[in-house]
Amino acid sequence: MSAPSTQAAPKTPAGAGTTTTRSYADSSRPLALRLLLTRDAAVLGLLAAVVAYALVMVPNFDSQLTIYFLVLDIAPILLIALPMTLVIVTGEIDLSVASIVAVTSVLFGVLTREGAPIALAAVLAVVAGALAGAVNGLLVTRLGLPSLAVTIGTLALYRGVAVGLLGTTAITDWPETWTDAVTATFGESQIPVIVVPLAVAAVLFGLLLHFTSFGRGLFAIGLSSESARFSGVDVERTKLLAFVLTGLVSGIAGVYFTLRYGSSRGDNATGMELQVIAAVLLGGVSIFGGRGAIPGVLGGVLLIGVIGSALRLDGQSANVIQIVTGVLLVASVVSAALLGWLSRRVRRRPPTAAEAAPPAVPTAGGM
Amino acid sequence: MPSPTAPALRLHEVSKSFGSVVALRSGSLSVDAGSIHALVGENGAGKSTLVKIIAGLYRRDGGVVEFQGQAVDFRSTAEAKAAGIAVIYQEPTLFPDLSVTENLFMGRQPTSRWGRIDRRAMRAEAERLFARLGVDVDPDRPADGLSIADQQIIEIAKALSLDARVLVMDEPTAALSGNEVDRLMTVARTLRDSGCAVVFISHRFDEVFALCDTITVMRDGSYVSTDAVADVTVEEIVRRLVGREVTDLYPKQDAEIGEVLLEVTGLTQPGLFTDIDLTVRAGEIVGLAGLVGAGRSEVAQAVFGVDEYAAGEVRLGGERVPPRDPVRAMDLGLALVPEDRRRHGLVLDAPISRNITLATRGRLSRGGLLTSRRENATAKEWAARLEVKAAAMDTLAGTLSGGNQQKVVLAKWLSTAPKVLIIDEPTRGIDVGTKAEVHRLLSSLAAEGMGILMISSELPEVLGMADRVVVLCEGRKTAELSRADATPESVMTAATAAGQEKAS
Repeated sequence: MSAPSTQAAPKTPAGAGTTTTRSYADSSRPLALRLLLTRDAAVLGLLAAVVAYALVMVPNFDSQLTIYFLVLDIAPILLIALPMTLVIVTGEIDLSVASIVAVTSVLFGVLTREGAPIALAAVLAVVAGALAGAVNGLLVTRLGLPSLAVTIGTLALYRGVAVGLLGTTAITDWPETWTDAVTATFGESQIPVIVVPLAVAAVLFGLLLHFTSFGRGLFAIGLSSESARFSGVDVERTKLLAFVLTGLVSGIAGVYFTLRYGSSRGDNATGMELQVIAAVLLGGVSIFGGRGAIPGVLGGVLLIGVIGSALRLDGQSANVIQIVTGVLLVASVVSAALLGWLSRRVRRRPPTAAEAAPPAVPTAGGM
Repeated sequence: MPSPTAPALRLHEVSKSFGSVVALRSGSLSVDAGSIHALVGENGAGKSTLVKIIAGLYRRDGGVVEFQGQAVDFRSTAEAKAAGIAVIYQEPTLFPDLSVTENLFMGRQPTSRWGRIDRRAMRAEAERLFARLGVDVDPDRPADGLSIADQQIIEIAKALSLDARVLVMDEPTAALSGNEVDRLMTVARTLRDSGCAVVFISHRFDEVFALCDTITVMRDGSYVSTDAVADVTVEEIVRRLVGREVTDLYPKQDAEIGEVLLEVTGLTQPGLFTDIDLTVRAGEIVGLAGLVGAGRSEVAQAVFGVDEYAAGEVRLGGERVPPRDPVRAMDLGLALVPEDRRRHGLVLDAPISRNITLATRGRLSRGGLLTSRRENATAKEWAARLEVKAAAMDTLAGTLSGGNQQKVVLAKWLSTAPKVLIIDEPTRGIDVGTKAEVHRLLSSLAAEGMGILMISSELPEVLGMADRVVVLCEGRKTAELSRADATPESVMTAATAAGQEKAS
């Protein structure tokens, strides 16, 4: 059976150099198509259309005050949507974010009331948020529990702690220097100063998700956590970090929420987790993991914010706003599924032999 | 009416392709009623494709299929079953929480008045079937926990109750012990005597020659020969089975064997493998052989750290590789090309470029940042070196053919510049041309000083490529053979060592 080699040994693998070297394009489609035929582009286009419509049809939409309230209202949603995108890209979810906002808000208030310097209290609240995220992450990664179940549990748990700490009372005596700082605007304009930290956060998370090896790991986990593990992605650590970041940013949002409304209460931000998740999904992030981009998420957050503010200015009730948001969300999920189905039908190809062999029936029987 | 002289099942020049991959070129088979017909061939010879066409799972592209003398074209497994064809797979799929009887009559439970399920009739019929087969299985116990042998018996009983005229057994004995094989052979003879046509697929020639009366050989998707078992010898069959220019397919280069790179000592994981010792030296290709279920892949995955082990130690270049830490194993210079490309090897929905750079994404970062430009540059270089057939780097890995997918996985791991490459089934599901390419690559990598641990179920591949062969059987190392000592007989003997002990 011995097979003495009679061929010249190529020095490089597979004989590169002896044959013509293949060359590859970066992409099979032109750049313009790749940028335009994305969910991000669709969301941003829809956003532009809604803004244009509102500018013409909704009275007072074009005032600076609209921008002012829009930015202040969506700030916590936008902040939390950024790390939430990381979590959802890995195929997990965090439903406890609004409860973390509440528990950090209450902690911030209680610490301040008990005499802690306000800056220290803020830092401790944010650390508590990170810890709350770590609890979620550890339960999901170490115990292998589904994040949906874990964070439904901690949603109730953290909210319960928040309400338990303050009861139905609120802490409302906040120094004006702090509350004014949060709602400050640039000079005479009505553009809030917080757009700067919001933009910085968006850029940082954009870099983290799209331009780091950590980000590549997140996508790989979302598409195939087993292949990621076999390729040297530390799946547990990566997921844990995503949950910790979500908790930490929710803590920051908790501090912001407290100062913005000058109130530390156990029922702060009730239901905000749904707004955050709606914005992320609307922004084109797949609930099954592995797909999504920060620009689309920003578009999703702004879309929800703009529609809300336009309808409010138009005199519609909160119910109508909820209904419109809900319809949009369902439509976006359905359209994603429909587009996926269509593209699969278009480029349907017969399966290769490897694909066709069902893995449940191993074909190799030894020799 | 079926003609009485026609064979129970006849296939003539049946073909099947998947895209550009020809799985079955020209398969022919003619099985008589009251006969046990062996179908043998290497992995990839097209046996399983042929069986799936018989079972109605695939539709043929060309050729003739006749059942009891009449041309048939099954469009679903249900049609094949209804006609009287039953297929027993290596690992049956029963409903674990249902009883044996309920499994037997799943979907066709006998009913009494008012449409209620007649449990008594069901149970009586189950007992009658087991008695007819001469086996002892409790009809009331749940299927969960049944041995694979018992599960196969239940599938056979099911086929019998459906009055199957043709029974195909696709490698039924691969996972059975000696006694269980004996019982299965008895059952097969009972079926033959009752007028069934039985097709028996096996890699074990002792079984084939003990049980079957006729033997058909397939190679590279084509029919080779059909003979009465009495007229041929094992050697003759093996020659027809391999029957190709071995030197072309296995271009083994002489490499200088250097110092020990990978050293595995006493590796043990209860239930999977026990006390495994292994070394791989620089420039050496070590073949890890054994039957399916012998624990080869399990050992490889434990060594790389994706699976755990209870005892033992792994060293690479003298340094300890910690358990359950593939990232550290990678950093030390270990790479694993896994057996299941689609589940473990590739992110199918990600582009080629991201797949190739997934393992090196940390090294490619500059100042913590990673750009598609850098990834594409690296990915293109490796794709070109391995001659991956694709137009663009953003092509999804899942759309490539099996051979090109394997090249992408190889590119990913070779780009990490490993000291030792563990490769599990390097050429499974790959066409013959790409096979030779992969073999040439492995050979030249070894010549450059890489240590290679190659797991393979294809004996010619092991014998053609390995400098040394380690054989596992039921989780234990049963032989370590030099290239000179490794023959089909010596490897097979070691691979079935435990089974033979039990049988005797």
